[in-house]
Amino acid sequence: MDRKRDYYEDVQIFTSGTIVFWSGVLILLLSIFPFIAKNYYVYVANFMAINVIVVVGLNILVGYTGQISMGHAGFFAIGAYGTIALMTHAHFPFLLALPCAGLVAALLGFLLGLPALRLEGPYLAIATLGFGITATQIIGKIKMFGERQGLHAPDLTIGSWHIETDKDFYFILIPITFFLVLVARNIIKTKVGRAFISIRDADIAASTMGVNLTLYKTLAFAVSAFYAGVGGGLYAFVLRFIEPELFSMFMSVMFLTMVVVGGLGSIMGSVAGACLLGFLDLQLRNILEIPYVGDWIRALSESYFTLTGVSNIQLIVFGLILIIIMLFEPLGIFGIWIRFKKYWMTWPF
Amino acid sequence: MAFFEVKDLSILFGGLKALDNISFEVKKGEVFSIIGPNGAGKTTLFNCINGIYKPSSGKILLKDKTILGKKPDRVARAGIARTFQNIELFDNLNTMENIMLGRHIYMKTGLFRGGFLWGRNSFAGKEEVKHRKKVEEIIDFLDLQASRNKLVGGLPYGTRKQIELGRALALEPELLLLDEPCAGMNSEEKQDMIFWVKDIQDELGITILLIEHDMNMVMDISDRILAINFGQPITEGKPEDVQKHPEVLKAYLGEDEGECTA
Repeated sequence: MDRKRDYYEDVQIFTSGTIVFWSGVLILLLSIFPFIAKNYYVYVANFMAINVIVVVGLNILVGYTGQISMGHAGFFAIGAYGTIALMTHAHFPFLLALPCAGLVAALLGFLLGLPALRLEGPYLAIATLGFGITATQIIGKIKMFGERQGLHAPDLTIGSWHIETDKDFYFILIPITFFLVLVARNIIKTKVGRAFISIRDADIAASTMGVNLTLYKTLAFAVSAFYAGVGGGLYAFVLRFIEPELFSMFMSVMFLTMVVVGGLGSIMGSVAGACLLGFLDLQLRNILEIPYVGDWIRALSESYFTLTGVSNIQLIVFGLILIIIMLFEPLGIFGIWIRFKKYWMTWPF
Repeated sequence: MAFFEVKDLSILFGGLKALDNISFEVKKGEVFSIIGPNGAGKTTLFNCINGIYKPSSGKILLKDKTILGKKPDRVARAGIARTFQNIELFDNLNTMENIMLGRHIYMKTGLFRGGFLWGRNSFAGKEEVKHRKKVEEIIDFLDLQASRNKLVGGLPYGTRKQIELGRALALEPELLLLDEPCAGMNSEEKQDMIFWVKDIQDELGITILLIEHDMNMVMDISDRILAINFGQPITEGKPEDVQKHPEVLKAYLGEDEGECTA
């Protein structure tokens, strides 16, 4: 067994040379990726990175603090619209508008956290669901936000750098994602994160140890809403056009699904879950183009379902994948990783 | 001036008087035990002191300052820590982190300084190390080294009870409430627990309020005892007196069994 030499190692990020090495490899691969991949895949990577931000934030709330939210699409929408509005109307630069929109989302998250003090489990799920639906409905009625017609993202310049392509945006998005994931990980490892986890595991005991339940529950909502808001602000520039219908209940459910598939209470699990499901979500739309499999699915769908039923076949495949993951590994991708690691370290026994 | 004082404390659950005019005083540095049959209201009393329940009437004073009506986290800051009858640990944290939570009120790292834990010289890094050293002392005190880095969810029952005690000690309380620290333990574990409770009293100078069903332990370590039944006080006094009190015998053994001795 490896011995610890001092207490800092308990909270350190790079606990071993192996981690430093692989982190370096990852950063290197990510920086050359847009130069070798097709433009569409850079877009997919951007989409995945945004999912990572939102899902890591949502995991702080759901996985670590044990409070459910089915309304994160609402915060996501607030971030997206807020960023654009701050840029076009208040003429904020992008890198200022983004955190400001995040803070607006965080403030609303804090307010949504207040009823959460009294609600638990399914009741909280419904309350947050209500928030998600209401938020997009209200946004769809605001003139400044283009009502139902939606809103175009303004041109994006940082200093003298004019960001036009997905590739350009990739180089803004990936560092922000890295930064936010690391911050989330640090929060979890220090006082605030421990307080979150203590509320999830035994809230009464936590309060008798001096944890202010009101403060930390609302704080968890605010942090998580901030992540969703920042994710939304970035999303607006990946799509370059947003409309209220985008931020549906389905999106909230999707975020929650990514958290669970990745593994509740695991930052790296969230990253994996967001990447995997984000990738599948986009790629399964092309499932009919895959040779043999696509033909087979099309034939199946045409003979047993309606002729037009093929359009949503990706959702069926998606649902099946979810069922299989949950059936075999309730801890999600994180659980698979733990098993793999154990197997690897004890091999060949 | 009494160190800790409960005056005419009553609490109603619907029509049921779970506590009815309970009064007692605890002197600094003593072990004060509360005994009584199941359902007598012992844990309810603890929950009132902690602020988990809101008593209907009465007073609770720690060093002449009222703690009644304060929320549990304010009570903790006032210097009262507790353990639970049914272990309430944070199962998905390891032993170290569980006890670290006892340091919560002494730590200043917030969201921002915590999020920017870049290196050992950052504020959060220094603070973590400082408090982890303190927790290590408690781990040494309670002989928990073996389970230091294990998730507490999978640890044996006796060890979990110890960790709970450690977590309460990390708060550096002035008054420690122990709710059946020996419940479900074997005799060896009980001996260890008695030893630690005495140590906490003698070496750390912490005043202890104890609920326990194991009469050997209660008689062994208590300075004074309060017996309650059906939420009402029966008697208060030295262990040997309470042991012989007819009402106490009646509450524990029932009536009309004259030849029985406790």
